[in-house]
Amino acid sequence: MTVITAPDTGLLAAPRKRGRRRPSVLIALSILIVLLVVACALAGSQIAPFGANAQNLIVATQAPSAHHLLGTDDFGRDVLSRIIVGARAAVIGPALIAVGALIIGNALGLIAGYFGGRVDYFIMRLADLVWALPGLLIAIVVVGVIGGGYYVAVTVLIVLTFPIDARIVRGAALQQRNMPYVEAAVTLGISSRRVMLRHIWPNLLPLVMANTFLNFAFSLVALSGLSFLGLGVPLNTPDWGGMLAQNLSLIQSNAMACLGPAIAIVLTATSMNLIGDWIYERLSDRGRAR
Amino acid sequence: MRTRQVSVFLVRRILALVILLLLISFLVFGLLYLAPGNAIQVLLGTHPSSPAIIAALKAKYHLNDSFIGQYLLWLKGAVHLNLGISIQTGQTVTSLIGSRIGLTIFLGIYAFLISVLLGVPAGVIAAMRNRSVADRAIVGVSLLGVSVPAFVSGIFLLYLLAIDVGWFPVYGPGGGFVDRVWHLTLPAFALAFGVMALILKLTRASMITVLEQDYIAFAQARGVGPVRVIIRYALRNALGPIITAGGLILGVVITGAVLVEQVFALPGIGTLLITSVEAKDVPVVQGFTLLAAAILIAANFLIDLCYLFIDPRITAGRGAQ
Repeated sequence: MTVITAPDTGLLAAPRKRGRRRPSVLIALSILIVLLVVACALAGSQIAPFGANAQNLIVATQAPSAHHLLGTDDFGRDVLSRIIVGARAAVIGPALIAVGALIIGNALGLIAGYFGGRVDYFIMRLADLVWALPGLLIAIVVVGVIGGGYYVAVTVLIVLTFPIDARIVRGAALQQRNMPYVEAAVTLGISSRRVMLRHIWPNLLPLVMANTFLNFAFSLVALSGLSFLGLGVPLNTPDWGGMLAQNLSLIQSNAMACLGPAIAIVLTATSMNLIGDWIYERLSDRGRAR
Repeated sequence: MRTRQVSVFLVRRILALVILLLLISFLVFGLLYLAPGNAIQVLLGTHPSSPAIIAALKAKYHLNDSFIGQYLLWLKGAVHLNLGISIQTGQTVTSLIGSRIGLTIFLGIYAFLISVLLGVPAGVIAAMRNRSVADRAIVGVSLLGVSVPAFVSGIFLLYLLAIDVGWFPVYGPGGGFVDRVWHLTLPAFALAFGVMALILKLTRASMITVLEQDYIAFAQARGVGPVRVIIRYALRNALGPIITAGGLILGVVITGAVLVEQVFALPGIGTLLITSVEAKDVPVVQGFTLLAAAILIAANFLIDLCYLFIDPRITAGRGAQ
């Protein structure tokens, strides 16, 4: 596990001379892309030039033009508008997974690292088990057979993500456990809960933040894969993975209908991974633990 | 003494694996048993129904038995490689899987070879030139590989190399070995991209740790040649963490194959899974899941065996703890 020696001043207060920084242009660009995607997720239908489901068979399967910047699909729907509106499905699910795994994983990880013993043993074995499981494959089988689509997939992915988070937090908490400030707090008679949440956890924040970004990227990739297989969002809801599958047959007539959402997935996931790695790298020795 | 330890270790591991596989088979069966939807309706399809037909179907598929009874029956069949009959096609699940698995194994091995042949050297170079421009470029590629799902890289390759310049076929598995290699090149590279990124990341991290060790410096000081130091001294010791992740890597390969087969319309086992999931063909999904679990468990067992040979320090007795 990576050594975290940053003081408890949080994320921005650790300019290290050691860390090689990535070109900040790249990070700025990544942050810009993520903000853009989030804006589209919040207000997509207002931003989009056309209705996401507005069909117009007269202009079906057109190549990009000034009117339809990325062309249209075989129902005459504007591809750009569908990508913009589809940002919502690309943000909500991954955000739920990242936050869900964050809450459960951190709670269990703190308890395991702080108290040790049986809880610790159990959580570590669970993490061992989950680590080698092909999460997406399990989601395919469960969602495909049980049904329930998007939110069942989100639940399955939370279940398969939080043990890994717990293990990462546990390792970091274990290192903090023996620091003098924890001993001091315990000596003062502060309750275990308060020591864990108010004293130890803030010191883990950089690691936790970085990991949450990486989880977001992974979840986006997994959920879009499910939608690509027709197991994600309902058919009519615009979604990048679903658009890829529906427009794959148009790749020769309007390639952008297919490449557009593909590029959207790649840009968003890469940006999230870059931001996560950047946070991690700035605040820790080197991203070896991942 | 050592042989005895090794055999105790092996017997213990195999027992543990059998228990694990039984547990998984129970979960798989239970999950699909609880799945909504009436098997009779799927079986009937558009055929007219009558009480006699329903009773006959129930008898044929043992739907009147208790849950445990059905599970034991299924398990008994599974041990004899009889996984039941596909509802959708009427063929046995074993023959359905058997007729399609060859293509997927071909694709998986092809992609795995590409990943190892590109990923390990790139990881070693990145570790040797840690924090140089080359390292950054390699790390950048691996970051992209982790961010780009296999079906997306598949679509890019399809567009660029099959449709735009037309060097490769757009879809289909091809017949004969050479034709098959040619047909599966794009799918294999699409699948390999993410796998390679993972192997590269693991190799790089592991090599950086090993190259900092004193024995590397001593070997260099003794005048051991650089190639020998990197391969015999460093890479051999760096292999541990990479091989440990073998199960993880295999999982990525299987999942990726399911997606890539969809992109390139390959009639492999992944496509079988997706069509069966869509048709609620429960016996096939059960069979696939059990097979995937068995493959992953067997792979993890082989990884444990590899350890015995790679790292002589691990005595079998300690490894069994």
